[in-house]
This record gives sequence, C-alpha cells and structure tokens, in this order.
Amino acid sequence: MLDDRYTLAFKLYPYAKVADQDRDAPVRHPVVVMGGGPIGMATALDLGLQGIPVLVLDDHEGIGMGSRAICFSKRCLEVADRYGCGEAMLDKGVVWNVGKVFHDDRQVFEFNLLPEKGHKFPAFINLQQPYFERFIIDRIWQAQKEGAPIEIRGKNRVDAVEEHGRYVTLDVMTPDGPYKVEADWLIGCDGAGSPLRKMLGQEFEGRVFEDNFLIADIKMQADFPVERWFWFDPYFKSGDSALLHSQPDGVWRIDFQLGWDIDRKEELKQENIDRRLKQMLGDDVEYEMVWSSIYTFQCRRMREFRHGRVIFAGDAAHQVSPFGARGANSGMQDVDNLGWKLGLVIEGKAPESLLDTYHEERSFGADENILNSTRATDFITPKTKMSRIFRDAVLDLSEDHAFARPFVNSGRLSVPCTYDGLSLNGPDELPGGPARSRVGSACPDAPLGGDYLLGKLGGSFTILTIDADAPESVEVDGITATRLALSASDDATGALAERYLGDAESAVYLIRPDQHVAARWSTCDETALRAALRHACGKD
Amino acid sequence: MNALNTTANINDPDGFYGELIAAHQGLSDDESEAFNARLILTLANHVGDREVLREALAVAAKKE
Ligand SMILES: Cc1cc2nc3c(=O)[nH]c(=O)nc-3n(C[C@H](O)[C@H](O)[C@H](O)COP(=O)(O)OP(=O)(O)OC[C@H]3O[C@@H](n4cnc5c(N)ncnc54)[C@H](O)[C@@H]3O)c2cc1C
Repeated sequence: MLDDRYTLAFKLYPYAKVADQDRDAPVRHPVVVMGGGPIGMATALDLGLQGIPVLVLDDHEGIGMGSRAICFSKRCLEVADRYGCGEAMLDKGVVWNVGKVFHDDRQVFEFNLLPEKGHKFPAFINLQQPYFERFIIDRIWQAQKEGAPIEIRGKNRVDAVEEHGRYVTLDVMTPDGPYKVEADWLIGCDGAGSPLRKMLGQEFEGRVFEDNFLIADIKMQADFPVERWFWFDPYFKSGDSALLHSQPDGVWRIDFQLGWDIDRKEELKQENIDRRLKQMLGDDVEYEMVWSSIYTFQCRRMREFRHGRVIFAGDAAHQVSPFGARGANSGMQDVDNLGWKLGLVIEGKAPESLLDTYHEERSFGADENILNSTRATDFITPKTKMSRIFRDAVLDLSEDHAFARPFVNSGRLSVPCTYDGLSLNGPDELPGGPARSRVGSACPDAPLGGDYLLGKLGGSFTILTIDADAPESVEVDGITATRLALSASDDATGALAERYLGDAESAVYLIRPDQHVAARWSTCDETALRAALRHACGKD
Repeated sequence: MNALNTTANINDPDGFYGELIAAHQGLSDDESEAFNARLILTLANHVGDREVLREALAVAAKKE
C-alpha cells in the first residue's frame, strides 16, 4: 500500500509515528511542503531559516537513487550557499569549463565557460543529484539543532487534498494508516508527475519529444579530460547522439540517443548496454555499472503556479529536457523567489498578492528555460525531414566555417533569469550602470578582500551603497532594509566597480532577499528608496 | 532602414542562375536538398541582420 516507487541512495528520515496521527481533529501547520526532493527540501530550509514552522511530507524515507541531475550552475550554488550548503557541494563536485561537440569523428564546436575571476562559485560543477540533496538535508539537520522549526515525515504520502479557501486539508497515508493534516499554505514540490497537480485538476501543457535516451552512469578508470563531450552521429554508432561527462567518485555519465520506436526492456538488458558502451569505449575498457535508465523528455509547465493557498515549485510546476541543465537549477531559483515572499505574507508584512509575483517571475523563468531547452532538443532530435536537413547542414558547415558553429546546439547551459520588465521592479536610474546588474537581475558576485559580496547579501533587503551616502536602515511596515556600505576601493581587482558602477561614480542598489536587484540609483533619495522598498514587497 | 532589397541586385542574373542550376547537376534529390540548406545558411549569415532575414522568410513564404 505504501511501497517504495524507487530505490534509495540514502535512507535519511525513516518513518516514525507522530502525535498528530492520534489526534481527533487534524493539526494545523502554517506551511506543509508536499514532496521531499531537492526543491521541497530547499523550500523547507529557506522557510525554516526564517523561523517559519514548516512540515515536509515525503512518500519515501530518503533520497532516490538514479541518474538524474549532474550539472549544477553557479546561480544554483549561490542560492545553496545562502542556505549554508553551497560550499559542501563545491568541495565534492567536479568543476568543468570546456565542452566539445563532435560530428561523426570530427570536432565541430568547442566552448569554454571561461571562468570570470572574482566569483566564489564556478560556472558549473558536476555532482550526482543524490549528493546535492544530501547536502541540503545535512544542512536542515544542522539548522534544526540551531532552532529552525523544520519537521520531515518520511513515508507520509499525500493521497488527497481539499481546499477551504484559507487553508487546505490533506489526507496522508502512513504505514500506521491514514490521518489528516491541515495547512495554511501547501507547497507542491512533488515532482514532474505531481499527484497534487492532478488532485487539483490542473493541466501540464507542452511538448513530449519523440525520442528515448539511454543513460548509463559507469565507474571507470579513464583518462578522458573533465570536459563535456557530445557527439552527433558518433562514429562508434552507439546511438544517434552520445554524451560523455565526468562526475565525482570516478563516475562518468554516458547518454545515448536511441530513437522513438524501441523496445525499452530489450535496450535495458545489461548485454545491450554493454554492447553500446564497448562500441564507444573499446573492448578493453573496464567499468562497473552504477545506474542505467531510459528517459523520454518533455518541455511543459502549469498555466498558473499559484492556486490560492496551494503553490507549485520545481518539476511539479515546470519540466524541461535535460539539455541545458535547467531542471533542478531553475527549481532552486523558484525556492529562492518564493521563500522570502511567503515569509513576508505569513508574518503579515506583505499582502497575499505578493505571491502572484512568484508566478509572474518564475513562469517567466520557466518560459525562458522551456524555449532554450526546446530549441536544443529540436536540434538534437529533428522533428521533420527538413529540420534534419538543416541540422546536418549546420554540422557539415561547422567543420570548416566558424560562422556555422554558433548554430550547433547540444544544450544552452542554464544562466540566471533576469526579471526584465516585471511588476516588482523599481526605478533603474544609474546612468552608465552595467547592464548585467540592471534592475531585475541576480546580483553578480564580486571579491571583497578575502571574501565575496554575495555572502553579505540576501535573506533580507539590503541597501548596497558604493561611494554613496544612505541611511543605515530604512523600514516600511516592519520590513527593514539594511545598508551595506562599500567603496570601489574595497576591491583592488576592480571587479566590484566593473560589475556595479560601470561608468558611474557612485551607486545605490536596493537588493531583495533573493539577491535580485529591486532598484538602483546613482545617489540616495530616501523617499525614492522607501517607495521602491514598498513596491518590491507588492505594496502598491 | 535595413529593409530587404527586393529590387534586381545581381548584375549578371543569367550567369548566376546558370551557376545555381549547374551546381545541382549530378546531385541526387537528397544531395540537392543538403546543398540548398548549406547555401541558405551561408547566405543568411552574410546578411546577418535579423530584420532583413525575417523579411526574406516572409517573401519566401509568399505572405503579403
Ligand atoms: C536524466 C536527467 C538528467 C537531469 N540533469 C539535470 C542537470 O544536469 N541539472 C539540473 O539542474 N537538472 C537536471 N535534471 C532535472 C532534475 O533532476 C529535476 O529538475 C529535479 O529532480 C526536480 O526536483 P523536485 O524536487 O522538483 O522533484 P523530484 O526530485 O521529482 O522530487 C519529488 C518528490 O516528491 C515525492 N512525492 C511524489 N508524490 C508524493 C506524494 N503523493 N506524497 C508525498 N511525496 C510525494 C517524491 O517521492 C520525491 O521525493 C535532470 C533530470 C533527468 C531525468
């Protein structure tokens, strides 16, 4: 009745009966998170660190095993770092910069993520998803010890929900039978197949790509460089395309495109996987299988991420193909965006309508991801004969001609979303200011002596001044923005000035708790600053 | 300003047309299609301007 749907990599929160289960009337919780994947756990961490009681209900007792995310982006790590688990991820992860694309046996394209100096985190690391999740949960335990009101209940499966306007009732199944829980707010982080979405009768619209990919994670001693290698029509004929990418612990992600009409069971037989691997790696390479599976890919999202007191985040709200590493990376940006808004609403400091801007901003991000991921998938899996002809023409030309190489698309890698033109944005009045730190963007990191800027931002509103005056703090209805006073000379490398001043002499930035720029000016006008703070909290 | 030039612009039209047809001689249908695709991409890159390319797509689609 409550069988595991997948194998666990780490069993971390075994089922334990709680008092709620024996009460006659259901117990009310301020926030219930349905689903303890990376996005649900990060949501719990964000809220818990704000002191908001949060209950996670997950239908398993730990982290699922399997070949899922491996590439984690700078922005995702920065969000994790704000929660206190980014460094552990970086320590364990493999940093990489170079990607090569081959057609048959010839290299047609190469990119280098060219790490810009003066950031705490690299553009990307590779890390198995179970480790990523593990570091989040380790941090939850540490936060619990420090008093963060986070509770995780394993083998608690949500089977039904009933909405009552200002709260939601959940039917929860456990090994000891069913019980009910009430939630002022329910956050749906129950993954791409989201049962919650179905319970609410919500659609998940988009495209399914008619192709299957075989993923094999193998452990081997190999002297391949730590680079992303992608083949179209590989000479070794293991698939229509192939991918090779390294992971920690001597594990390699290998990915073969199989086409649409395949016999899944047959393809997953070890002898058939071995045949494809040996064609690629040669007969004498020794390896050990870690995990294999076959995936089909889709790009789709919910029309609305918020339904009254029920809010969706992560794969439950939007799903993309993995080319571009935009799944978990965008889910973490959902959490980053939702956490502070929900916190302010629950504390009664901001109107509920602030949560509609969560949908506005994150569906904008989801559309950007779906667009990029759809384009990459169309290039990798051409849908029509003509699309295939153009794809092959690009690959043919790009061997000899530089102009064709930018068309080669084996995935455009996840970059942070800039909320250009959206409703929470305030004035952008910094003449000469850099485009990269314009209003709506996620603050770029910058070195500060032995430290980094982003470590000093986030969690609450900040007034960042660079060679400008401003009040030490500003308060609007109990929401405080605190000043961080810097000077261009605080960073001898010049990166701070380049990223925040541009041609301007001085700057004042209002920065949101999720490290996005709410407004900026060249000097401080307290009235304008207050108005921008009100506006950024959805107060007009 | 960057409008697509739809006036006659090739000074030896018969010569170019002849070369274009000749380039396809001896090619199978598949090879011809591949050739055309390479040619379109090469020319599109030379044009570069996104607005002009958009107008060219509309001309080819025979939309008003
Ligand atoms: C092959 C592959 C490669 C990928 N590569 C990348 C990559 O490189 N980078 C990247 O960023 N992303 C990548 N992704 C995407 C990434 O894996 C997902 O975006 C991420 O797992 C989403 O997390 P989530 O928490 O939203 O959902 P999930 O991880 O699916 O978690 C959902 C949780 O909800 C629980 N649940 C479900 N139903 C119930 C219920 N009724 N009651 C209680 N709990 C329930 C589930 O057991 C699970 O614990 C990849 C995905 C695939 C398939």
